Amino acid sequence: MTEAKPVEDMNYEEAFAELEAIVAALENSQQALEESLALFERGQLLARRCAGLLDSAELRVQQVNMRLPGLPEEDAPEG
Amino acid sequence: MEQIPLFSPLALTVGDLTRYLRQLLESDDVLRDVWVQGEVSNIARPSSGHIYFTLKDANAALKCVIWKTNALRLRLPLQNGMAVEAHGYISLYERDGAYQLYVDAARLAGEGLLYQEFMRLKARLEAEGLFDPERKRALPARPRRIGIATSPTGAALQDMLNTLRRRYPLAEVLLASCAVQGEEAPPQIVAALGALNRLGADVILLARGGGSLEDLWAFNDERVVRAVAASQAPVVTGVGHETDFTLSDFAADLRAPTPTGAAVLATPDRADLRAELERTLGLLDAALLDGLDLRRRALHEAAGQLEHNSPRWRISNDRQRLDALTERLQRNALHNLALRRVMTDSARSRLLALNPLSVLGRGFAVVTHHGAVVRSSAQLAPGDAVQVRLARGAFDARVEAMIPDEDIPTREVEDD
Repeated sequence: MTEAKPVEDMNYEEAFAELEAIVAALENSQQALEESLALFERGQLLARRCAGLLDSAELRVQQVNMRLPGLPEEDAPEG
Repeated sequence: MEQIPLFSPLALTVGDLTRYLRQLLESDDVLRDVWVQGEVSNIARPSSGHIYFTLKDANAALKCVIWKTNALRLRLPLQNGMAVEAHGYISLYERDGAYQLYVDAARLAGEGLLYQEFMRLKARLEAEGLFDPERKRALPARPRRIGIATSPTGAALQDMLNTLRRRYPLAEVLLASCAVQGEEAPPQIVAALGALNRLGADVILLARGGGSLEDLWAFNDERVVRAVAASQAPVVTGVGHETDFTLSDFAADLRAPTPTGAAVLATPDRADLRAELERTLGLLDAALLDGLDLRRRALHEAAGQLEHNSPRWRISNDRQRLDALTERLQRNALHNLALRRVMTDSARSRLLALNPLSVLGRGFAVVTHHGAVVRSSAQLAPGDAVQVRLARGAFDARVEAMIPDEDIPTREVEDD
């Protein structure tokens, strides 16, 4: 697991994927107690983040500019 | 008994003849299953629900009937003046003595050709493997970027956006507008698919609402079908209605019956995600509790081990051993002492035994002559002065005479 991207900056897929990874890690119980408590807390944060996103998300629609087929970056939507 | 008539009875009733003709028509292989092309005229829709019309061309006219059940299923709304191809069988309406086409399907004139073209292209692309089931990819479970290629003005787009809003608003929609019918549609659809792939769409919805076979034709265009098959992102098609199949549908990774259906197939439902999240949160709790439990048990076991190996046991153990050793030591020491005493005693008695003076105690005497101990009579001669020492006291004496050996009681004498 790469460490500690702030939970608020994560999208649903990232947050949920990390949550699943944390569950898997905890199920293996390979880490120190302190670490597993930290993982648990982060897992809860991630779950809260996911739930918040589910409740508040609004579909974003980005119009693709077809006249610049060679410059896809121009169309790249941001957050 | 009837009278034998004068003339052979060849005259059929009108009804007999008509029935005979009807059977003839209905048993003909061509007439039983035929497509007829012509222009619709004199269309009538009585309240019975059946449709009556005449198909005509420059030279002839053909009465046609569509029974209500078939009329309801008719894809093409017939109008006077419309050039159509009607399918059905020829039979005879006995009351009027008129043969008619009993229609069960109709399509616009020219669609027959399109259909043949469709089948040819389908066979060719199929042979190339473009429609192989192994080519179909699984859709991402939670697409982040959903590409939509459709007309910006169609109801299909609003249907899809509404569905996505309701089900999965977490996604970001990349909308590539393109014509979905007409000459310009195929290259625009191809360009839209290309742009969506370049922008990293996780899944692409290619859709348009229902229409005639001609309206949907762009989705049978070879360029479009190949672009669908070549798309990096999985493609879900939602073209036309339930019953319409286009070649793009065959090439797509998944075919939905409608645009809305495509949006549904491509996304998880928010409610399902909530349930999934709940479940995962439950797993998180369980994993922590299990982990704690595991550690608690390990701790318990380790504590037991520690207790088992406690120095306390060793100390008391050692103390016991020490006691035993001390006891043994003492026992040994006493034993040694006793032994020494015995040995000392014995040595002393042996020493005493060896003391020449103690021999004297048993009645022996030591004779010396000029200070030397006399061991043999040969050392002396008569008249020699000797000194005799006894166990107690001593005296001087003089040798009187020598006594020959044979007169002395025999006894081994050691000569060293």
